[in-house]
Amino acid sequence: MNTTTRPPHPGRGGKGREGPKGRAPDPRAEAEIALLLGARPRQRDLLIEYLHLVQDTCGQIAVGHLAALAAELRLSLAEAYEVATFYAHFDVVKEDDAPVPARTIRVCDSIACQMAGADELIGALDEEELADTRILRAPCIGQCACAPAAVVGQNVIAPATVDAVCAAISTAPREICEIDFDAYRAAGGYTLFERLREGATAPDTLLEMIEQAGLRGMGGAGFPAARKWRAVRGMAGLKAMIVNADEGEPGTFKDRILLERDPHRVLEGALLAATLVGAHEIHFYLRDEYAGLRGTLTREIAKLPADWPVIHLRRGAGAYVCGEESALIESLEGKRGYPRQRPPLPFQAGLFGRPTLTHNVETLFFIREIFEKGADWWRAQGRNGGIGLRHYSVSGRVRNPGVVLAPAGSTLRDLVALCGGMAKGHTLQAYLPGGASGGILPASLDTEPLDFGTLEQHGCFIGSAAVVVLSYDDLLQEVALNLMRFFAEESCGQCTPCRVGTAKAVRIMERPKWDLILLTDLADAMQDASICGLGQAAPNPVLSLITHFPDEFMGDF
Amino acid sequence: MRDAISFTLDGARVEAQPGETLWQVAKRRGTIIPHLCHRDAHGYRPDGNCRSCMVEIEGERVLAPSCRREPTPDMKVTTNSPRASLTRKLVLELLVADQPDRETSHDPESHFWAQVDASGLAEDRFPRAYSPHDPDASHPAMRVNLDACIQCGLCVRACREVQVNDVIGMAYRHDAAKIVFDFDDPMGDSTCVACGECVQACPTGALMPAAYLDDKQRRKVWPDRTVDSLCPYCGVGCQTTFEIKTDKIVHVQGRDGPANHNRLCVKGRFGLGYASHPHRLTTPLIRLPGKEKRADDVVDPADPFTHFRAATWDEALDVAARGLTRIRDTRGPKALAGFGSAKGSNEEAYLFQKLVRTGFGSNNVDHCTRLCHASSVAALMEGMNSAAVSAPFEAARDAEFMIVIGANPAVNHPVAATFIKNAVRQRGAKLVVIDPRRQPLSRHAWHHLAFRPGSDVALLNAMIHTIIAEGLTNAAFIARFTADYDKLVDHVRDFSPEAMAPLCEVDAATIREVARAYAQARTSIIFWGMGISQHVHGTDNARCLIALALITGQIGRPGTGLHPLRGQNNVQGASDAGLIPMFYPDYRSVEANAVRDIFETFWGARLDPDRGLTVVEIMNAIKAGEIAGMYIEGENPAMSDPDLNHAREALAALDHLVVQDIFLTETAFHADVILPASAFPEKSGTFTNTDRRVQMARMAVPLPGDARQDWWIIQQIGQRMGLDWSYDGPADVFAEMAAIMPSLAHITWERLERDGAVTYPAHADEGPGEDILFHSGFPTLSGRARIVPAAIAPPDELPDADFPLVLSTGRVLEHWHTGSMTRRADLLDRLEPAAVALMNPIDIVRCGAEPGGGVMVETRRGRIALCVRADRDVPEGMVFLPFCYAEAAANLLTNPALDPTGKIPEFKFCAARVRGAAWPT
Repeated sequence: MNTTTRPPHPGRGGKGREGPKGRAPDPRAEAEIALLLGARPRQRDLLIEYLHLVQDTCGQIAVGHLAALAAELRLSLAEAYEVATFYAHFDVVKEDDAPVPARTIRVCDSIACQMAGADELIGALDEEELADTRILRAPCIGQCACAPAAVVGQNVIAPATVDAVCAAISTAPREICEIDFDAYRAAGGYTLFERLREGATAPDTLLEMIEQAGLRGMGGAGFPAARKWRAVRGMAGLKAMIVNADEGEPGTFKDRILLERDPHRVLEGALLAATLVGAHEIHFYLRDEYAGLRGTLTREIAKLPADWPVIHLRRGAGAYVCGEESALIESLEGKRGYPRQRPPLPFQAGLFGRPTLTHNVETLFFIREIFEKGADWWRAQGRNGGIGLRHYSVSGRVRNPGVVLAPAGSTLRDLVALCGGMAKGHTLQAYLPGGASGGILPASLDTEPLDFGTLEQHGCFIGSAAVVVLSYDDLLQEVALNLMRFFAEESCGQCTPCRVGTAKAVRIMERPKWDLILLTDLADAMQDASICGLGQAAPNPVLSLITHFPDEFMGDF
Repeated sequence: MRDAISFTLDGARVEAQPGETLWQVAKRRGTIIPHLCHRDAHGYRPDGNCRSCMVEIEGERVLAPSCRREPTPDMKVTTNSPRASLTRKLVLELLVADQPDRETSHDPESHFWAQVDASGLAEDRFPRAYSPHDPDASHPAMRVNLDACIQCGLCVRACREVQVNDVIGMAYRHDAAKIVFDFDDPMGDSTCVACGECVQACPTGALMPAAYLDDKQRRKVWPDRTVDSLCPYCGVGCQTTFEIKTDKIVHVQGRDGPANHNRLCVKGRFGLGYASHPHRLTTPLIRLPGKEKRADDVVDPADPFTHFRAATWDEALDVAARGLTRIRDTRGPKALAGFGSAKGSNEEAYLFQKLVRTGFGSNNVDHCTRLCHASSVAALMEGMNSAAVSAPFEAARDAEFMIVIGANPAVNHPVAATFIKNAVRQRGAKLVVIDPRRQPLSRHAWHHLAFRPGSDVALLNAMIHTIIAEGLTNAAFIARFTADYDKLVDHVRDFSPEAMAPLCEVDAATIREVARAYAQARTSIIFWGMGISQHVHGTDNARCLIALALITGQIGRPGTGLHPLRGQNNVQGASDAGLIPMFYPDYRSVEANAVRDIFETFWGARLDPDRGLTVVEIMNAIKAGEIAGMYIEGENPAMSDPDLNHAREALAALDHLVVQDIFLTETAFHADVILPASAFPEKSGTFTNTDRRVQMARMAVPLPGDARQDWWIIQQIGQRMGLDWSYDGPADVFAEMAAIMPSLAHITWERLERDGAVTYPAHADEGPGEDILFHSGFPTLSGRARIVPAAIAPPDELPDADFPLVLSTGRVLEHWHTGSMTRRADLLDRLEPAAVALMNPIDIVRCGAEPGGGVMVETRRGRIALCVRADRDVPEGMVFLPFCYAEAAANLLTNPALDPTGKIPEFKFCAARVRGAAWPT
């Protein structure tokens, strides 16, 4: 024992910290993460992939594992935490938190499922008091034609009933692939790509064909595809190519259907576009909700010849905003899905700072067919001034909801007819022409051509052509509130008008009587000052109601 | 260069420089567009997230954030259209809705509220959200009140992009988005290093200095005045603004000085409390008659009257000077010695050395530079006849490749480290850290070479070998600007990386890779610290670094050079001023007759032709009976010298010891007379930072009690020893210095008062001075730098069976030098309150201890008991001790063996053993 008195010192003394500042390292968690990652590259852009790996393996992300993962990728704790907590599909669990239950049931409560009784389903499931189970509300999972939908683990149940959900165990998700690699090749698939690769088809031939056809981006913005190609092609240095399969707009499920039917048609389109602009690899960003497709695509991509451009399949993690091109790019870089501000545009500086070409699944799906049938064929497909074909996702109060391939410029009346008419007992009151973002149109406008640029005069737009049909059974103010809640939940939180604006709009719209002056003032600021399309479009449903259904607000002004 | 861009702003035709934003152009023209998330300050990227600065651009669908949008030719921008104004106002209205009421808010005068006032916003119509945020008072120095947070992310940029400490993030999403520390931990439990940059950046009061808030988190303290000055701690030389209330510094803000650009570290921002600590000496003290001196004697700094009595200034000065005079006159000038301080001003250092040289009559004057960079200075003087840095640390901005060796700048020069991290993160510069211990910079490094302690020369010669053998030298530079290159070629022939790898324990391929990258980068710079210099082979270590730069020509251009990071705020200036035994001011040799003639004429005194003794030599001379009297101003050798038992015995053996300080230091325990002096914020004077930047510090608060200015006390002693001095203040002293020191050409007191900082050499009366040296040769007679090969020499005391570990010493972030100041700064003390040894957790287990428990650390010279901290940055086989703890003084254990050239002790290496022990009480 040291019994000598210590020299005086000016400090307060006592016991110092046991280790460095901050959380103590957890050697066991570090060993587990090192083992889990194995020989995988320690690249920071793979953070989200590795978070999935931990979440899938452990059913949650314990903070010890998160710290170890951050260290492996040479990230700070805060960087790892902000990414992990941004995405809805990661459960970060602290030391004192209860572990995540073994089974997660996500019930979609977006508009089509809401109309089909999502709230009742959730209420009924809650009453079941299922053991070691949690029931979460989830935004649209792209099953709108079979509403209401639920996901048990990664297994989709649609339509979902209490019995079906309770009976479901977390089986592997259902993988659908109608035309696989061999079948696709046998039918002449990839011939065009090989010709382009070998120089038998000149890139300019393809580019000019698409240009003449006037193919436009089907993700929502409708930007001419060939113009994008020229822009990216004209930039110097390494290029990047992205497939945007983060289909999250409520009411939209066409991309899922196309990928389930004919995935290689999309992959060939991507390979063609990438080769044309000079990108040597492709990042395929698939929304996490499409777990079945993930299996299909993993398998089918692996069948492609090794000397073709590499296709990296990347998982989203539950964030609608990542469907926005620049947010998707951030996500591919392993960050939160914060939309970037423009300039620069992605074609100038996108993924990893490279000039980047991004296409929606459906745009790529059409490329081969246009080349084979010709630009004139495509131009002849439209109706009412539209050009080409579109896959309309139709849901809501129609008899046979689903994806409808129809001429661009088709009207709501056309689409309802193609879906077998209105559902029994329902009369058309209104419809959403473009998902949650595209506004609401009254039944009186059911003969407007549904195409790019035709609906803006009514304060709406077609976007991804997600048509949700509403009847007199649907309370329009509740529909609008459902949509605003969706935006509030999915706002990335970066800019004030969207982050605070959507939340305040929900609060105002939850009141029995809406303050229309305040809502319109707010809507103006959101449209004019939000960074990205999410915040700019979020007020569209509210403004549509005020414009097209003034009777609903008699005396409110 | 791109041309200016002509566009229309609010109807007027204006021009923007390339890269200038709309906000900046508007500001230049006198319009401040409202802004919250934009901070108009160095290093802050406009983010454009708050949307309070939106403007209208003709032809664009939506409004644009002026803070980040750059104009294009002929763009038509309107800042004040109703559409833009209404939108900006609504954005503020949204944010106000969720703020605490202004009357009871954390900071009713915040930037946020100023913007609200300016907008004319009168009502708030939005429903208030429930704020789930409790105050976070877990940190001693700062308060987090997220109910006022507007998610503008300025603190994230402050922490991640400016200071690059990477603690703060923006987690979650939508309106649950939240500022988090690490994993949403309380700030005080996080990895926060308390630089306070976030507090300085926060526009709302969500992050504030704790000193300004009461228990209800409401602002209660407002400074009644501010004074622009400097930071008193390390050699970085940060410019500060002291915020003062009733003559007490309540908070410190970073100022936009050339060295720091508004940045500070925990010590500079939260460490000024020492000046008002109750231990401050406020009256002269004289040792009680018959109170014997013992090496192990201790005095309670709070109650010195067990050993001393109060005296008047006249009496104390008389006793002090009489004692010194008596020894000089009876035993000869060389029986006296003086230690000045690198913590004092240039003027104080100059006066002190002049006192010793003209009043004492010898060159026995030295200061702590002997313990820091003496070997670096020796090698630099030998090689290029210039001891200062060749480039400022901000040259990292232009470097493609950086080596940080034997230095831990994130701890010892935190603000300099931020510029190194900026270079890595913003420009992709490559950083290689070379140190046996890992450190905060390692995470940012391309390679961290954790080489075997003491094997510096083997590693560095292997790099030199690689560069020469692989033909990567800069032959033109070597031919034109260097001498003795051939000797180096011969010397390093046998030092292949393959041969050296077993010695330095870095694999040969990595040595080659790093050597190639250093040589082949367009611009490479080397930063080093005490890990290079504090060895018996310290001069050799520095010679190797100099050789690396010279054979590759990585010196003399922007982004290149040699930068020994200076440890104390004025170690550069004190050395320049001649506070060293072999040189007069400006490094002119005391042994050169022509030089001596100049100074004898200038000072009007006969001067000693022999060089004086250095710090450790003086201690030895006392023990040998050769020195009997000392005057120690602001130094604490009883803590800072190696082998303290020996040093304290020497101090206790003095016939007469005069100590001038602000606290009763461990050195003052042994004093005969103690003279209460001025703390940094109580004086005006010039200080020279590590970049050769001469800066002005200004008196901010009054002296406590009867304490006096240091320059005044030195003059009083001088006068009482027969000197005819009559300086009337620091400006007067500075004028004399400038008259005899060519380095201060064109630098006047008035200029420093006006400009705040001037780098020497200055070639004109205007402008910032010359920051990059040696662009066309070296200040030697031949214009060439001499390359001096270095042979491998082992550390003086190697581990063995009895003492199997390597003991290394240094600092911790919160404490500085011997701790006499920082441990009396309440906030710093609360962050690091107790003496700790740092060891690898594996070694802690091996020695039978546990993290946080007690250990006994022992060497052949002594032993200390303290707590042990588990730190994986420390390699196995090493124990690291901060030397700031009086209760467990690391230097009781260190080895006094000296570098033969630089006379610096080997603080970084001796043999030690550690065993688990009871927790020390």
